[in-house]
Amino acid sequence: MDDSLAKARIMVGMGTCGLAAGARPVFDALVATREAAQAAVEIVPTGCIGMCEQEPMIDVIQPGGDRITLGPMTPEKAVHVLEALVNGTPIPEEWVIGRITQEAIYPELSSFRKQRRIVLRNCGFINPESIEEYTALGGYAALEKAITAMTPEEVIDEIIASGLRGRGGGGFPTGLKWRFTRQAPGEKKYLVCNADEGDPGAFMDRSILEGDPHSVLEGMAIAAYAVGADEGYIYVRAEYPLAIRRLRLAIEQAEERHFLGKGILGTDFSFTLHIKEGAGAFVCGEETALLASIEGKRGMPRPRPPFPASKGLWGKPTNINNVETYANVPYIIRAGGAYFAAIGTEKSKGTKVFALAGKVNNTGLTEVPMGITLREVIYEIGGGIRDGKQFKAVQIGGPSGGCIPEELLDIPIDYDSLSQAGAIMGSGGMVVMDEDTCMVDVARFFMDFIQKESCGKCAPCRIGTKRMLEILTRITEGEGQPADLDALLELAYTVKDLSLCGLGQTAPNPVLSTIRHFRHEYEAHIRDRTCPAKVCNALLTYTIIPEKCTGCGLCARNCPANCISGAPKEAHVIDQTRCTKCNTCLAKCPFEAIVRS
Amino acid sequence: MTNTLGHLAMAPEDTDVLDKILARHLKDPGPLIPVLQDVQRRFGHLSRENLAYIARALRIPLSDVFGTASFYAQFYLAPRGENMVRVCQGTACHVQGSGEILAAFADALGIDAGETTADGEFSLERVACVGSCGLAPVVMINDKTFGRLSPEDVPLLLAKISTPLGEPQEKAHNQPQEDPS
Repeated sequence: MDDSLAKARIMVGMGTCGLAAGARPVFDALVATREAAQAAVEIVPTGCIGMCEQEPMIDVIQPGGDRITLGPMTPEKAVHVLEALVNGTPIPEEWVIGRITQEAIYPELSSFRKQRRIVLRNCGFINPESIEEYTALGGYAALEKAITAMTPEEVIDEIIASGLRGRGGGGFPTGLKWRFTRQAPGEKKYLVCNADEGDPGAFMDRSILEGDPHSVLEGMAIAAYAVGADEGYIYVRAEYPLAIRRLRLAIEQAEERHFLGKGILGTDFSFTLHIKEGAGAFVCGEETALLASIEGKRGMPRPRPPFPASKGLWGKPTNINNVETYANVPYIIRAGGAYFAAIGTEKSKGTKVFALAGKVNNTGLTEVPMGITLREVIYEIGGGIRDGKQFKAVQIGGPSGGCIPEELLDIPIDYDSLSQAGAIMGSGGMVVMDEDTCMVDVARFFMDFIQKESCGKCAPCRIGTKRMLEILTRITEGEGQPADLDALLELAYTVKDLSLCGLGQTAPNPVLSTIRHFRHEYEAHIRDRTCPAKVCNALLTYTIIPEKCTGCGLCARNCPANCISGAPKEAHVIDQTRCTKCNTCLAKCPFEAIVRS
Repeated sequence: MTNTLGHLAMAPEDTDVLDKILARHLKDPGPLIPVLQDVQRRFGHLSRENLAYIARALRIPLSDVFGTASFYAQFYLAPRGENMVRVCQGTACHVQGSGEILAAFADALGIDAGETTADGEFSLERVACVGSCGLAPVVMINDKTFGRLSPEDVPLLLAKISTPLGEPQEKAHNQPQEDPS
């Protein structure tokens, strides 16, 4: 531990989520107050601890004491905390979220009890802009161990022994992938990090890059040593400006200290790392499309084989893993493959980071051992469904994944169980849906996304997704036909079987899984012309309950279609033939006299 | 006056800027996308003249340069507004009502997604996911992210963006917050 940790310090959570919730004014107010009072308190930014709904948050650490987390903060509250710290008065208990002791992280919070933090080990604990804080916690020790005390083959053996599988979606064994690249003939080899986290609903890679960029750099340097690459690229989404900024800074710092660049740590191993900013194409998450994009071309996939391990970037052997996969590597090298393999299930080892969002109480990031059940994640870590509503489904794996219903919540989270249930592990986005979510609308939402993002290279994906979207749109607009479900299924299997790349092959999953688990909702739309969740506008009718209507005329005055009429102080009526279902009247009525059914 | 390639009609100060950007990337393998990104950062969009100039300098056929520029969502071939409003339409935002947020922006600005206001101040866009799902629904205005929005916040937010910089605004905790960094 360096000296700076001997001082009292306040850490402000300043990932994108914290900043969006107002962390910057909190940070500035703290710094201004400290300057004015000349207080000996360190104020530093940190990454995301994972409790998005409590942002903005601060952590107070006194030498020798517990670490106290407080939130949600305002600049005024934060200044009050700083003053209490300086004056030795107590910190208001009602702002305290939890405490981190020597023994445990937030022992009093159920959202942390089942977590096991390997990838997120430093997120929210260190200043991501300081390489000293990373090395103070053992950072780059794994790199030193790998390149000075292990052969590349030994590093690969260790990763194989750990059982680590790719965290980006497919779940291919990482060590094997490394071995293929190492064994591929050729002098020049590349190493690529896929940080093009495009799945809507997934933000764990962003948090890792923002909260602990050096862990990814260290993992990449170890991988480069193992596969024999001397040059690498990190391909980051342009939508993540803060992650890009912190990565650039981290690369600079690592080069200064000879963890990257030429002659790393005095050995003859060299590894130069570049950042490539994406330009906004979901398909670039597919590895061959990503490589085409780095080369400056349209990001279109190509058939595999040849796999990138033998012919990748500029035709050279290339190893590609995603952010979370690389972030696991330093831990495995330090703790040993066997230690890592003891966590998780037989075929899925280690932990997985999930981004929990949607209609759940505790949104945010969570890292759990493989094999934990979905129910534990949603109800214990996520704190259950918001506003006392009924759970309906959890969407896992984004546009390539599927919706899992209540009756399957007790399956363990591992690669194989999730795909049997019709979803995929994917990158780890988990969006919880309640009774107010229409599953046909969700299927249409994903199909709309995929159809727009399809690169257009192969016909099944280009045309098939378009036809599927048309059918789904028709159903949500109340014009579904009895044959539509069969047509959807047939199209889905065609697109799945015949598409060129992973994007197309998995594109029908949201449709297939919702038909499989929520067929009754499709039937209600098609046969009964109703939307059970009351989401699909065209299937709803707005009516005024005469007994409740006071005839105030507010709805009539605000109706953009001018289709509400009635004499003053008498019950009004909506002309159904002209109603556009805009919801204005319902929102305006002070007497709850308008219902949607 | 333009000829078929267009770039001969360019002002010398513009070609100077382009030359500087090109020089920065000429040695990189695969320079096209970084060059397009930097040129767009400088000029706001990729004009026909600029594309032609880049094609010639990098010795890449103009059709390929146009192919790449038109493939990616973040390249603009026409001028856009001073401020980019990107309303997140990711899954988490979708189930939390981002459709209404988009409608509120469209309403307040008087344009549809994909359009620019007549005064050139705002462009409105849908974006797939900005990765702040825990604060859904979310909007990104330029480089700043605003979370926990409701349709009522939208006019407020726009007024704030139009306000000249440097005017401090007091905000209660539950209102949308920005990162002015």
